Amino acid sequence: MRSITEKIMRVIFWLSGIAIIVFLTGILFTLLSNSIPAFTEIGIKPFFIEGLWRPGAYGEPTYSINNFIVGTFMVTLGALAFAVPLGVAAAAYLSEIASPWERELFKPIVEVLAGIPSVVLGFIGLVVLAPLIAKLFGIPSGINALNGAILVGIMALPTIITLAEDAITAVPSDYRHASLALGGTRWQTIWKVTIPAAFSGITAATMLGMGRAIGETMTVLMVTGNMIARPSSFLDSVRTLSANIAIDIGDVVFGSIHFHALFVVGLVLFLITFIINLLADILIHRKPEVNK
Amino acid sequence: MMMQILNGFKNGISDARHNVEMTEQPNGNNYCEVKVEQLNFYYGSKQALFNVDIEVKEKGVAALIGPSGCGKSTFLRVLNRMNDLIPGTRLEGMVTVHGEDIYDSSMDVVELRKKVGMVFQQPNPFPKSIYDNVAYGPRIHGLKNKIMLNQIVEESLIGGALWDEVKDRLHEPALALSGGQQQRLCIARALAVQPRILLMDEPTSAIDPIATQRIEDLIRDLCKEYTIIIVTHNMQQAARISDFTGFFFQGEMIEWGKTAQIFTKPEDQRTEDYITGRFG
Repeated sequence: MRSITEKIMRVIFWLSGIAIIVFLTGILFTLLSNSIPAFTEIGIKPFFIEGLWRPGAYGEPTYSINNFIVGTFMVTLGALAFAVPLGVAAAAYLSEIASPWERELFKPIVEVLAGIPSVVLGFIGLVVLAPLIAKLFGIPSGINALNGAILVGIMALPTIITLAEDAITAVPSDYRHASLALGGTRWQTIWKVTIPAAFSGITAATMLGMGRAIGETMTVLMVTGNMIARPSSFLDSVRTLSANIAIDIGDVVFGSIHFHALFVVGLVLFLITFIINLLADILIHRKPEVNK
Repeated sequence: MMMQILNGFKNGISDARHNVEMTEQPNGNNYCEVKVEQLNFYYGSKQALFNVDIEVKEKGVAALIGPSGCGKSTFLRVLNRMNDLIPGTRLEGMVTVHGEDIYDSSMDVVELRKKVGMVFQQPNPFPKSIYDNVAYGPRIHGLKNKIMLNQIVEESLIGGALWDEVKDRLHEPALALSGGQQQRLCIARALAVQPRILLMDEPTSAIDPIATQRIEDLIRDLCKEYTIIIVTHNMQQAARISDFTGFFFQGEMIEWGKTAQIFTKPEDQRTEDYITGRFG
């Protein structure tokens, strides 16, 4: 009897593991197979050459997604530029300094922040951030890359704070004691010992936050202006890869070249996140000696 | 309990505190490396130390022995205020290091811990290079000069009897060293901030016998220049390396005296029971 339940459990767990692989390959397969018509019709190169995304242009449609890649990276890196320092600092505060009741108060708030629907954040971008940015920089409109970066950064914060806090809390207290016993202040201990020792976990937090940021669609769509032209600064309007799919999918003819071209955009997005995760993995495993 | 002779001692202490020269006259009569009077220590409502008196007058090794949970590690951490890290702890009595009341509100804990270094039970080098481990202390205290740092790292590693083994790989990770080497690295790291006193909390209990012997030899060398207070589980170790021994039992300092005397002619029955292995 026992051996039968053992076997059944084994199969169930095996299936669960396999399911993940099936889902992933399934997604990749769908993206690829739907991209192929676009590749045969247009080729691969036109997607990446200098130019614009004008699938509906009369006469000669163009499908360059160059500017969208630039836009995606501007929003993503802009978001990380402020979300990582802020998130790691907040995590360090939570795990190293905050009193227990502060922690009890703060952690649910972080979770609530994570639960805010992106559409709602988009509204905030429109009515709060946009006028603020316009005023601050003296430009006619605050609907631009900076606005998107700030909101996406806010959305990535809960991920970064939660994971970074786990990583910092997991640093053996031996390290802290050693630093304090050498006459280190609490600040020096956090900055020079605890955070470096949590490096791999903080990298993971950053990368997962980045994954969140890259794929973010709705907020970005609402506040970045979605111009197809190449942006020259953070105060320009940008369109991201994900926003482009969401914008076009509403009125694209099913099965058309345009339709399949959107799958190519999705495929590129998939590859970018895949590469980032891979890099994160390599970075994390490069420092295996942190934990005894 | 030889400390209890000291009646009217409060006057002596306030003299010491107001008279800065005291700290510069190691041979003065009242001079003490460490002096503890009527120390009571509490974790919350639980009292861990009862009326402890100790006077360490000169350089050398003082060993604290006693069964597990008797308060000897707590006592050690009183001396560099590491117990401050534990919420809800409370202390009564007077603890002076080189004549300074270390629990006075004007005491700078950073300065105290520079002067009173500590080596822990588990070797705990940082996950950094050997060099960066030793340079950590001087760096956080503001030393940036590369040449001076190099010199301090070398001297400290020589002091920690590790230099010959690591001089060609200073920039390799410290965690790649063996346990015994890691512990000597921790000693070197403590020496790098030029302390006067070294506290050691069972520094060899996580280390193999050969590495232990190296560290014991090292302690004998170091005690010429530093006051070493070591907590040990191992009575033979206390007998081998210490000049003075204190026996703790249930939070009380039962007996304190020259090591030779404690181990040959203990005054208290409980001390005798413990060192003859009747309990512990």
